[in-house]
Amino acid sequence: MSVKQISVFIENKSGGLAAITDELAAEGINLRALSMADNADFGILRLIVDDVFKAGNVLKDHGHVYTITDVIAVAAEDRPGSVAKIISILAREDISLDYTYAFFQKKAGLACMIIRVADMDKAVKLLGKNGIRTLSEEELTMV
Amino acid sequence: MEKHYYQPEIETMPVEKIKEHQSQCLVKQVRHVWDNVPYCRKKMEDAGVRPEDIHGIEDLHKLPFVTKDDLREAYPYGLLAKPLADCVRIQSTSGTTGRRVVAFYTQHDLDLWEDCCARAIVAAGGSREDVVHVSYGYGLFTGGPGLNGGSHKVGCLTIPMSSGNTERQIQFMTDLGSTILCCTPSYAAYLGETIVEKGLKDEIKLKAGIFGAEAWTEEMRRDIEEKLGIKAYDIYGLTEISGPGVAFECEEQNGMHINEDHFIAEIIDPKTGEVLPEGEKGELVFTSITKEAFPLLRYRTKDLCVLSRKPCSCGRTHIRMRKPMGRSDDMLIIRGVNVFPSQIETVLLNAGMTPNYQIIVDRKNNTDTFDINVEMSQEMFSDNMAEVSNREKELVASLKGMLGIQAKVHLVAPKSITRSEGKAVRVIDKRKLYE
Repeated sequence: MSVKQISVFIENKSGGLAAITDELAAEGINLRALSMADNADFGILRLIVDDVFKAGNVLKDHGHVYTITDVIAVAAEDRPGSVAKIISILAREDISLDYTYAFFQKKAGLACMIIRVADMDKAVKLLGKNGIRTLSEEELTMV
Repeated sequence: MEKHYYQPEIETMPVEKIKEHQSQCLVKQVRHVWDNVPYCRKKMEDAGVRPEDIHGIEDLHKLPFVTKDDLREAYPYGLLAKPLADCVRIQSTSGTTGRRVVAFYTQHDLDLWEDCCARAIVAAGGSREDVVHVSYGYGLFTGGPGLNGGSHKVGCLTIPMSSGNTERQIQFMTDLGSTILCCTPSYAAYLGETIVEKGLKDEIKLKAGIFGAEAWTEEMRRDIEEKLGIKAYDIYGLTEISGPGVAFECEEQNGMHINEDHFIAEIIDPKTGEVLPEGEKGELVFTSITKEAFPLLRYRTKDLCVLSRKPCSCGRTHIRMRKPMGRSDDMLIIRGVNVFPSQIETVLLNAGMTPNYQIIVDRKNNTDTFDINVEMSQEMFSDNMAEVSNREKELVASLKGMLGIQAKVHLVAPKSITRSEGKAVRVIDKRKLYE
């Protein structure tokens, strides 16, 4: 099971991020998670939102370059070692991470990890076999 | 396929006849300039040439060149060969470099210029059934008035849009069913992009476009043709010689036919001034043999190109010039290497990117810095930084392969580089500020 992530190109200058978050907010898009990869010139803003297709349309209307990618979302318990366990399951099988980020849901008492790997199917199966449940779009929204 | 020409007897005249006509006109024109333009007469005297020495085109090489510097020095009336009372129009160059150049026209001069543009429109498939949408600037710039006049001559319904206001351009195009678009290639690409984005490609009736006044590449041609669903024709000209229509493309899209009944073309070695044989690359030089008010003899265009006398299947006999690879004026010398902006356009389009870039050259610690801003495109983007970085590296490598020197590439937001509605500002050379 995977969830949709939307990634947007941001030029590295002041106000770049604010412009995008404002545009999404104005259309009532709720951000669940946000992560940023950047170099000296530009950044890639990765977002998990409540309505990925609407978000895509908003970004398109504002002339942004974006892409929608499948990522794995897994719930980790709020205790030491739970993230390490997930990572090491993938590492043992030589599945390297393109990137990962995590956010914490206080209400559910869960850490939610977003993971992107090259071979998504293999990673999802492997995690399942090891008793790690990957979350669906709906579950993520409810976390 | 049936062949169409605006002036068939002239456009398909046997080469020998063209040369005969050129010789006759040249002899007369040299006399006209000698008698009426003291500035040029002095230049001829200094070069030891008199009108009696010119018997035909074989003697053309004896005449001294006219350069842009001459135009500046003789500004405004120094090269005028007719009384002002006989002139009916002036046009002027865009004045991006140095002082403006002002060219004068009698009614006869306007007529021949418009005939040249009419030939280009007919060669692009135009007839009195067509709706010609002229988005070149109107005013001092020759683009708008030239194509407008040519369109009238063909009898097309002419929409004098001028440049700018893209929304209105597209609305007129859809509402009035424009069939032939005339503008700069960079504006055509922008219109195409906007039309595709708005999903209006099926609403427009364009079949052809006549694009000039800027250097553009084959890759850009394909991009425009695809986006607008048209066949894109090149047109060449310069204010000093008349304006657009000095040369134009036929359906072969393989070089532009020079209107040789009005203009003699030569290719010279830009360093020595020696005339080069047909087929060799060099600087293009034009002689106006029929113009009355502003007849330039051997005007150095600074455009680098190649001429070909090979027969063309369109039936036109006039010599063809290859698309100039850039004005030697546009050429940048960066760290001692010659760089043409059009080379960057080629690399970007080959990489599937939008041809929107801006070159910024500066000098720091006595070394040239060379930066290229390139707009991020869907093709290049990914959620993965390593992938984007790799594509950026590939782009840098392709640029280095093409240019021979390393450029620093900056990926910038889509549509953040100012769009040209007239001529594109592709180069910001900050070094010139200090010189």
